Amino acid sequence: MTTDEILFLAQDGNAVTAVLDFVRDWPNMWPSLWLGTMDTVYMVWWATVFSVLFGLPLGVLLVATDKGGLIPAPAVRAVLSAIVNIGRSLPFIVLMVAVLSLTRFLVGTTLGPTAAIVPLSIGAIPFFARLVETSLREVDREVIEAAHAMGTRKATIVGKVMLPEAMPGLIAGLVMTVVTLISYSAMAGAIGGGGLGDLAIREGYQRFNDHYLWATVILLVVIVQVAQSLGDLMVRRLSRR
Amino acid sequence: MIDAVGLHKTYRLKNRQVHALNGVDLHVEAGEIYGVVGQSGAGKSTLLRSVNLLERPDAGVVNVDGEELTALRGGRLRAARRRMGMVHQHFALLSSRTVAGNVGFPLEVAGVSRARRATRVGELLELVGLGDKARAYPSQLSGGQKQRVGIARALASDPRVLLSDEATSALDPETTESILALLRRLRDELGLTILLITHEMDVIKRICDSAAIMENGGFREAGRVLDLIGTPGSLLARSLFPLPDIGGSETVVITYPRSFDEPFMSELTRRFDVDVNILGGGVERVAGQSVGRLSVDMSGARRAEALRYLSQNGLLVEEAGK
Repeated sequence: MTTDEILFLAQDGNAVTAVLDFVRDWPNMWPSLWLGTMDTVYMVWWATVFSVLFGLPLGVLLVATDKGGLIPAPAVRAVLSAIVNIGRSLPFIVLMVAVLSLTRFLVGTTLGPTAAIVPLSIGAIPFFARLVETSLREVDREVIEAAHAMGTRKATIVGKVMLPEAMPGLIAGLVMTVVTLISYSAMAGAIGGGGLGDLAIREGYQRFNDHYLWATVILLVVIVQVAQSLGDLMVRRLSRR
Repeated sequence: MIDAVGLHKTYRLKNRQVHALNGVDLHVEAGEIYGVVGQSGAGKSTLLRSVNLLERPDAGVVNVDGEELTALRGGRLRAARRRMGMVHQHFALLSSRTVAGNVGFPLEVAGVSRARRATRVGELLELVGLGDKARAYPSQLSGGQKQRVGIARALASDPRVLLSDEATSALDPETTESILALLRRLRDELGLTILLITHEMDVIKRICDSAAIMENGGFREAGRVLDLIGTPGSLLARSLFPLPDIGGSETVVITYPRSFDEPFMSELTRRFDVDVNILGGGVERVAGQSVGRLSVDMSGARRAEALRYLSQNGLLVEEAGK
């Protein structure tokens, strides 16, 4: 293709012009895109912290209370499992609306990134708990038995045998949770949660500004890629099998 | 060292009950290697796990080194378990820890300081011949090396008793040989008492002083290996020396329960004028003794006299159909 041809095409309002327009528009959008990105990172970060804080013990309990576990308690396990299933079966957009009054109680408002942390955490805790459960189940039973034979306390077995042995799986689960939270956080934008999702809907959808739509998509993809790559790297370094 | 009396254990499955232990009595002397052999499902695994109470028997008493384990719970049971080492079929090493980390684990659990742990781990790895592998991960080791790590770990807390759960079943014959030699050396050097379970007769033959044959949750026979071999009708003798199933009413099975210098067969033909025809047999080194078993056809007028002569000289004579 010659330069003339490119210029000819560019004048014709086609893809190339659109991309050029988009690139030229980037500096104008950047302040709000940066704020949106920070809001997304902020929401996802805290929701991840709460998911680990509650989801990890919940996952451990799901395994420990199971038949043949460290503290078999079928009734307790049935209740926990049911709670986790309820959390897992609600579509996030419904869950978000359903917990609005709890959000108001905890945060004082239902708007903004801080308020979005509540539904995000509630959505991700059961998700992460199930992934924790699956990873812990894969720990070799013979290794756990060996720990018992060495006179190890149950809490020590969890802390020094089950969790370290399951670590690659746990990190992979955590990455999956973070990626899910990024997608949830964009949904949180729909009800005024802030972040990139909010930007995409307000500027992109409601004001028909395609540039914002593209920009948010690019940023979300980049964030997910970074999270996934970091996680993969950690899993690789931790895997000793 | 290990005294278990009247052990019963029943598992309740969905539609039936399995009697894994049906009133088993187990007596293991201090410093001996005691092997329990049997098919899978015979209950040997449950028996072994009853000794350190990984499985609590429904009934019966377990004493180890004068301590009634079945009376212990919680912290005191954990302390008692630390005085026993256990070796596992699939090694049961922590894949996330180095060799040194694995061997040091029981010490860590027992609250031994980092410095003392490092010293002890070094000694243990030398003892099992893996002094250069401290920083390797289990996935980088061969099966035999992994089991050596397992043995070093089992010895970390200086136990007097070692329990071995099919320690060589996942290994090739050559490696099995070296692991068995290591176990025997450790018994000799450290005065360990070893209780092992296996489905391989070979293991009994190579290192055990005493043995029990287990079937359907009970012992078919149990005792010193050499005594068992010298006992008429011994299942162990038959398993160690498979003889051809040929011959008729004249066939006699002769067991040599120890090494003999006398040339019995030629003696027989000379003194009693009998014809001896060897059908099959073998000589094996069992519990440090050369032990043999022969299946022969013997005929002649003075046959009964000849057999009596063998019995009087300490050989075990079993006649076909008797």
